[in-house]
Amino acid sequence: MGAYIVRRTLWAILLLLVVSFLTFVIFNVFPSADPAALRAGRNATPALIEQIRRNLGLSKPFYTQYWIYLKGLLEHFNLGYSYYNTESVKSEIFSRLPATISVTVGGFVAWMLIGIPVGIISAIKPRSLLDRIMMGGSLVAISAPVYFLGLVSLFLFAQGTGVLQWAGAAGSYVPITQNPGTWFNSLILAWLTLAAAFAAFYARMTRGNLIEVMHEDYIRTARAKGLRESVVITKHGLRAALTPIVTMAGMDIGLLLGGAILTEIVFNIPGIGRYAYDAIVNADLPAIQGTVLFGAFFIVFANLVVDILYAFLDPRVTYG
Amino acid sequence: MALLEIEDLHVSFKTVDGVVHAVEGVSLSLDARKTLGVVGESGSGKSVTAQTILGLTRFPNATISGRILFDGHDLLTMSTEHLRDVRGARIAMIFQDPLSSLHPFFKVGHQIVEAIRAHEDVPRDLARKRTIEALSSVGIPSPEERFNSFPHEMSGGMRQRVMIAMALAMRPDILIADEPTTALDVTVQAQVLELIQALRDDFGTAVILITHDLGVVAQMADDVAVMYAGRVLEQTTRETLFTEPEHPYTWGLLQSIPRLDAPRTGRLNPIAGSPPSLINVPRGCTFHPRCPYAPPPAFETEPALTPSQPGHLVRCHLPIEERKRLWQSLQNEHPALR
Amino acid sequence: MAVAAERTPGAAVDENLLVVRDLVKYFPIRKGLLQREVARVHAVDGISFDVKRGETFGLVGESGCGKSTTARLITRLLMPTSGSVVYDGQDISTWPERKIRPLRRDVQMIFQDPYASLNPRRSIGTIIGEPLRLLGIGDRNERRTRVREVMERVGLNPEHFNRYPHEFSGGQRQRIGIARAVVLRPKLIVADEPVSALDVSIQAQVLNLLQELRDEMGLTLVFIAHDLSVVRHMCDRIAVMYLGKIVELASGDRLYDHPRHPYTGALLSAVPAPKASAGRGRQRVVLQGDVPSPVAPPPACRFHTRCWKAQPICSEVEPPLESKGPRDLAACHFPLTDGEVDALTERSAE
Repeated sequence: MGAYIVRRTLWAILLLLVVSFLTFVIFNVFPSADPAALRAGRNATPALIEQIRRNLGLSKPFYTQYWIYLKGLLEHFNLGYSYYNTESVKSEIFSRLPATISVTVGGFVAWMLIGIPVGIISAIKPRSLLDRIMMGGSLVAISAPVYFLGLVSLFLFAQGTGVLQWAGAAGSYVPITQNPGTWFNSLILAWLTLAAAFAAFYARMTRGNLIEVMHEDYIRTARAKGLRESVVITKHGLRAALTPIVTMAGMDIGLLLGGAILTEIVFNIPGIGRYAYDAIVNADLPAIQGTVLFGAFFIVFANLVVDILYAFLDPRVTYG
Repeated sequence: MALLEIEDLHVSFKTVDGVVHAVEGVSLSLDARKTLGVVGESGSGKSVTAQTILGLTRFPNATISGRILFDGHDLLTMSTEHLRDVRGARIAMIFQDPLSSLHPFFKVGHQIVEAIRAHEDVPRDLARKRTIEALSSVGIPSPEERFNSFPHEMSGGMRQRVMIAMALAMRPDILIADEPTTALDVTVQAQVLELIQALRDDFGTAVILITHDLGVVAQMADDVAVMYAGRVLEQTTRETLFTEPEHPYTWGLLQSIPRLDAPRTGRLNPIAGSPPSLINVPRGCTFHPRCPYAPPPAFETEPALTPSQPGHLVRCHLPIEERKRLWQSLQNEHPALR
Repeated sequence: MAVAAERTPGAAVDENLLVVRDLVKYFPIRKGLLQREVARVHAVDGISFDVKRGETFGLVGESGCGKSTTARLITRLLMPTSGSVVYDGQDISTWPERKIRPLRRDVQMIFQDPYASLNPRRSIGTIIGEPLRLLGIGDRNERRTRVREVMERVGLNPEHFNRYPHEFSGGQRQRIGIARAVVLRPKLIVADEPVSALDVSIQAQVLNLLQELRDEMGLTLVFIAHDLSVVRHMCDRIAVMYLGKIVELASGDRLYDHPRHPYTGALLSAVPAPKASAGRGRQRVVLQGDVPSPVAPPPACRFHTRCWKAQPICSEVEPPLESKGPRDLAACHFPLTDGEVDALTERSAE
């Protein structure tokens, strides 16, 4: 088991190195992304560009540049400085981290709390009216894009514009440390919007898995030995049906981060997604590069956690 | 009075292809301390019959009728909640594939503890102690360690022993064994059959043994029912089944297996054709399309299961004398049948 | 034929179509950080046997004895760890895939699970004709005609040419598998548990079909099964395997009448006969425990841990597979006596 965790971790580190290398190549080496030219702004003289080139160390060989970049990254988590306002990308990202964590963690919780129970209820009485309604609704949720759902929900529920005024603070994010109540109120719509498609997809998946598992021989054994049907479903059925879903969820967290960018824009939440969006609009390369790397780090980390968790959940996995 | 009485059982399932008539009018009875063998090929309805006893075929698409009397109650009309007291405690069941029949994510000890605690309000440590006793009584070495094993860490024979330990932890009146040795090697099969025999002798458990293997029936059963296409075609004592079988299907089964206990023959005598669809069951005698002796009435009407002598029921249109004559000539032709 | 043409000129056509010598197959088990090989599954561990032209040679044993691995080695679906497989005078054990392909015309395999070995998206006509197509034999029409002939021969309706495997029953699927194997008119067929997934009434039909095809086409058959009565019915000579070794090799009748290895005796005694007197009045040997792990097989005689006749020497010196009677080979220090055999088997009970 120990060796398995170490090997998985080493793989994750290797993967991050590859990602950092690729982003470096994409943002620094391709001619369309010459940092000096970008930094110099429009109508810059060749002398100015050359000057910037020297200041940024861009005249050094490519591998030396990468090494300096990597060293800064590893030693100080240095992601460079924004071209747009010369702020440290690192401190910009960290200052926006609480908002993004609020959006994604809340979105993840809503995703699981809605998706899995809906799937279970549907699976217990397949093809019942309730099942059909929930599965039909899930199709709608899967098909609707985040920005569409977000705008519709803002239109319906938010203060001012909202028809129902249900989530009054939506659109005006407040940190949890300031006022937990308003924080919750300001984010609830964002969470539901972000979670909708994921929850719908996971409801369908949970339903499918559970229905399949309930036909397994060991479920028959559980019934034959006289267990209560509720125990058969919640213990024997769910244990097997949810295990693969845990793995899927770990991999889908990356998609959730993608959805968080759109959600932060629609609901005007000052998080990393919003920052990335602004960076793209302003062609602010260090900021784009920093947010990409940061996102990659979280996805790789989530996958690592899931791999290790899965080995605990399914005793048949050999840690070889 | 019989311990378990199945009367005119019908089970059918609605599927997209049509209605599958899995069991059509099966009546069987099991006496205390006896072993009833049910022989048949796939699709004969033997497993569905066995599972219906414990209500394991109560699916939304199933239609079940008839009566299954156990201890003065009809198991078919009993609520699932009441049936729970019978399942595992009074009638236990083991299955063909012990790997898929055990939950892959729970330790085998826990799976037995769970069975005990489903019926008796005993503390965890006592249930654990009884589980270890049960594991040891079915011949599992170092049961304390094995308590903590997962099913995939055990051999096929060990897993089937775990299933038997689980079934017998509650000392049931009846053990239903559905193809218990089909997935096992022949030397392991011998061990498991010996174990079932020993438990039957020690605890007086009655056994319903579902199998396709006539050799297993010959070794284990007191009475035998031969099933085909959801019906019982012949039912009698083990002795009579092997010395004076009267149904052409039984003859066919006996002739189609290569024998170790007789000289080698050139070719086997298979039953022609293949088993019928259970959606469009042939009219008349269900076996007539494959029967070399089918008389004209067999094409039109289904024969009833009638006694040819006390304790010997046969579902066949051929006159009794004709059946006896045919069996005689088959025995003359094939020494292995003697 | 490509294979025949390569044979060394002047070499006499010998009696044996297949000569297997000291065949070994280990599967590595890798573990730890660097995935080092920490152990090996000794699947096949030094077996030798000959298969004569036109005979049916049986391999029998319980799961894990290495019989299926042997099948894959002699058809070169697997590469042996060491040892030789000489087919028709040529050692094919180390041939690369490119060189093996023409050999497929001569050597075919039939598998246990007919469904798993048939592509569900191809019509059965395409499946049966595939070997012809792969080897570029005949044009489209000739191949079609040939496939229809073979379908007819194995008892499939040639009009079902365009149907798909799922439309057939288990027995018919095995007929499809057989048709695919014989469509090239091979010399050698290796059948790995061809009837163990089938119902008894269907099993007999398929066994008869295999015998008929063997006789008509002059096939050499290697027949692998766990069912002793089926192997005895089909085979001229039989090798009994246990944990990767051949423990006994004899002609069919002699093996069953006079088993010499205690394991063979135990196997025979474990099969209940379908008759009223089954198991009564004979001394049954029920082996205790499970087959040991092939990762760390017992030293010397591999059967000594479960053998009721074992002496200290059995765990110290490996008994060679040697003659214990006319033409019979057994690997045992203390072979069964005639008296012991009589007590074990059903015949003497009467």
